[in-house]
Amino acid sequence: MKPGLKNPFNLIVTGVGGQGNVLASRILGNMLALGGFQITIGETFGASQRGGSVMSHIRISPGSTWSPQIPKGCADAIVALEPAEGVRVLSDYGHDKVCFISNTRPVYPAGVIAGGAVYPPIEEIRSGVLSLVPDALFIDATEEAIKLGRPILGNIVMIGALAATRLLPLDRKKFRVAADKFAGSDSLDYNLKAFDAGRRLFQTAMSRRSRPAYPVTRRS
Amino acid sequence: MSLLLKNKEGDKRLLMGNEAIARGAIEAGLAVATGYPGTPSSEIIENLSRISRQAGIYVEWSVNEKVAAEAAAAASFAGLRSLCVMKQNGVNVASDFLLHLAESGTRGGMVLVPCDDPGALSSVNEGDARFFARMLEVPLLEPGDFQEAKDMTRWAFALSEEIRNFVVLRSVTRLSHASGMVSLGKIPRGRTQAQFRHAGALLDPESGPMISCLPGAPQFTHRRQQDKIRTAREIFETSPFNYYEGPRRPEVLIVASSICSLYSREAIAMLGKAGKKCGLLKMGTTWPLPEKFLQKHLSSAEKIVFVEEVLPFLEENVLMLAGRWTRGKGPKSYYGKNSGTLPSYGEMNPDLIAEALGKVLAVRRRPVRPESFAAKAGAFADNAAPRRELTFCPGCPHRASFWSIHSALKLDGREGFVCGDIGCYTLAAFPTGFNSLRTVHSMGSGAGLAGGFGRLRAFGLRQPILAVCGDSTFFHAAVPALINAVHHQADLTMVILDNRGTAMTGFQPHPGLPVNAMQESAPPVEIENICRGIGVETEIRDPFDLKGTRDALLSFLEKKEGARVLILRQACSLSPEKKKKNSFKVRVDENACRGERCGCNRLCTRIFRCPGLYWDNRKQVARIDDVVCAGCGVCASICPAGAILKEDAV
Ligand code: SF4
Ligand code: SF4
Repeated sequence: MKPGLKNPFNLIVTGVGGQGNVLASRILGNMLALGGFQITIGETFGASQRGGSVMSHIRISPGSTWSPQIPKGCADAIVALEPAEGVRVLSDYGHDKVCFISNTRPVYPAGVIAGGAVYPPIEEIRSGVLSLVPDALFIDATEEAIKLGRPILGNIVMIGALAATRLLPLDRKKFRVAADKFAGSDSLDYNLKAFDAGRRLFQTAMSRRSRPAYPVTRRS
Repeated sequence: MSLLLKNKEGDKRLLMGNEAIARGAIEAGLAVATGYPGTPSSEIIENLSRISRQAGIYVEWSVNEKVAAEAAAAASFAGLRSLCVMKQNGVNVASDFLLHLAESGTRGGMVLVPCDDPGALSSVNEGDARFFARMLEVPLLEPGDFQEAKDMTRWAFALSEEIRNFVVLRSVTRLSHASGMVSLGKIPRGRTQAQFRHAGALLDPESGPMISCLPGAPQFTHRRQQDKIRTAREIFETSPFNYYEGPRRPEVLIVASSICSLYSREAIAMLGKAGKKCGLLKMGTTWPLPEKFLQKHLSSAEKIVFVEEVLPFLEENVLMLAGRWTRGKGPKSYYGKNSGTLPSYGEMNPDLIAEALGKVLAVRRRPVRPESFAAKAGAFADNAAPRRELTFCPGCPHRASFWSIHSALKLDGREGFVCGDIGCYTLAAFPTGFNSLRTVHSMGSGAGLAGGFGRLRAFGLRQPILAVCGDSTFFHAAVPALINAVHHQADLTMVILDNRGTAMTGFQPHPGLPVNAMQESAPPVEIENICRGIGVETEIRDPFDLKGTRDALLSFLEKKEGARVLILRQACSLSPEKKKKNSFKVRVDENACRGERCGCNRLCTRIFRCPGLYWDNRKQVARIDDVVCAGCGVCASICPAGAILKEDAV
């Protein structure tokens, strides 16, 4: 068990219905439970299949059961499978020191497709987020998953990237065990590839940075 | 092997609340489980149905909640342990039978699990099913975490057998759909033999007939029922599911139940030093309330705060008891929903509770993050995170159906309207379904309301009347309404949106399908046979055939008298049979797309609004998003310029 992890460590995974948000949080929860942590996951997914926002609150503690809702402003890490959802969660639960990793591929809300609402270009989202959270990271998770031939695995690429931050004890071995439980046996291979791709994307993104951002020091 | 059957005592696992409840039932030696699908309850029966064969249990998705309760009660009468599961609204449906059952009592342990949805996260209301326990005079349990969800379920069966009545175990979305650590218990071996003993004396609880009430003689069955609830109260006085944590003499005592006990514990921690003055009385058995236990704890503090979802159930029941205690105890201040300290609608969360406690303690919380961050991030999110309204899925048959309904009503031109019902298609009250639904209430009410409107001809109502309902809803509650409309010659067109399963909640089978909950083959009851059998003119169309559907609707709307049924049959685009199998490869011919140029008003993206289509602002043409498009091909028939092309997918 990792010593000195904040109790509880508050992780939020967010995205849009159909992106595999719930699956990602289950895999993460199981990986951490394997590491001996006490996990609580709170989820809003009732309307998830119909294009709504989805959010999982994962509370990670050495020994106690925390509530399934993280208090406002108290996230330690935010993993966004969809950039605008990341922004939404950042505004409610984030702060300037939060670990923020976002996919770059937008899923347009119906109102944007119809033309009433505007979805800003990803560059605008990126710079806006960076001005709030200087260490925020954006990675092309869906593009990477499309390269693997399975666009849905963008969620696993994101898990790989989170694992690479080393903020949490999320190693490949635990990923294999947890993913095996949820993915069909034919897709375990793809899942591992996606996980590795996420780790690689993180490393590449970091090597382009002028200063090392992770592991960051978090407020207690 | 499924986690639910792993017989390793003491193993700690991450379980969803609904899995924990299912596991608790298995550890109790469950024999029969019934229910009707509804978020957030569905996973309990789903999990049990998956292991039905290995576990040797019978699992049923019943036609509706009342029938589910009856099936579970029959198992109990035969000496078996049974579980009956539904969402909060389902208890309304089942309540007629339950009121009788509470009086006849049960034999084998029977547990009723309603899952409430505070905040109406995926419901059309946030009804608080706890009030039923009081009205029905049966015990009510509210697990406060995941371990308790399992342990209390297991215990509820024993309690039910001890008092010979069913027990209500109430969950909420944030418990049912959340996950937490559960240490597993033992799974018993062996099977109980079913036998209904009915030859004994009239009132013999072991071997007499099961009859709810002897007319005019409540002193027998009703009094017996109330003795049972008194026994439960005694048992609850020492229940380990009620406990106190905090200082010996707290300044503020929080009385909380269900998931609110976790929120309250967190709120206390959030208050830091001030939180040390608060104590938490966590209540797991909330009807009948253990009076002596409560009296002892309430006497330790002057200020009492009630935290619960949704209505002040616990609060008012405690206050009712407290009215008897005032002598010698001195007055107390009570805070909760009645005092306006906390809202009596919507969900609770740690922030709300911390704020309320702050007010009661007269302390201000330190902000958890710089105010400037909150302001800046909020302003940025307002711009960068456009609202995400719910829409039908790409390739959803309902979008096509409502497109036709909408255009038929427009062409008809007499201000016709649609009475809606409960399912994915409820979204047709919003832009994704062209704002078609003009009434939405409980299951089956669309047909009932339409039938009511359909008899207002004598008062000059001339508008054509439509009702829609899904296949599962048709069986659940629409059939009696349709029969009523036929017999009373109401004028209406009922459209049955048959997408081959209970799509909204995850494709649970219903009586119209050739399988049951345990995935065995079952004789399907055909919707058209029922409709024709009661003398209704019935047609069947494929909603993806827009023209055929619209023509059928128009011809029905023209006939002014009597009831008609149009079945629009096309499987849900997420159904296992369809998923990932696109029928068509669809693309937009850039040169043919008129866009804003000459008046199609961007019908495809602005009005039809399938998420598989998007508008390319730079080129000013519509496009198909290949990752999202489900290949149904319907948009090709929408485009007036013929710019959307479809070819058979290989
Ligand atoms: S789940 Fe099925 S029925 Fe529901 S919106 Fe999606 S495609 Fe339509
Ligand atoms: S074919 Fe057209 S209507 Fe059907 S899913 Fe694709 S974009 Fe949507």
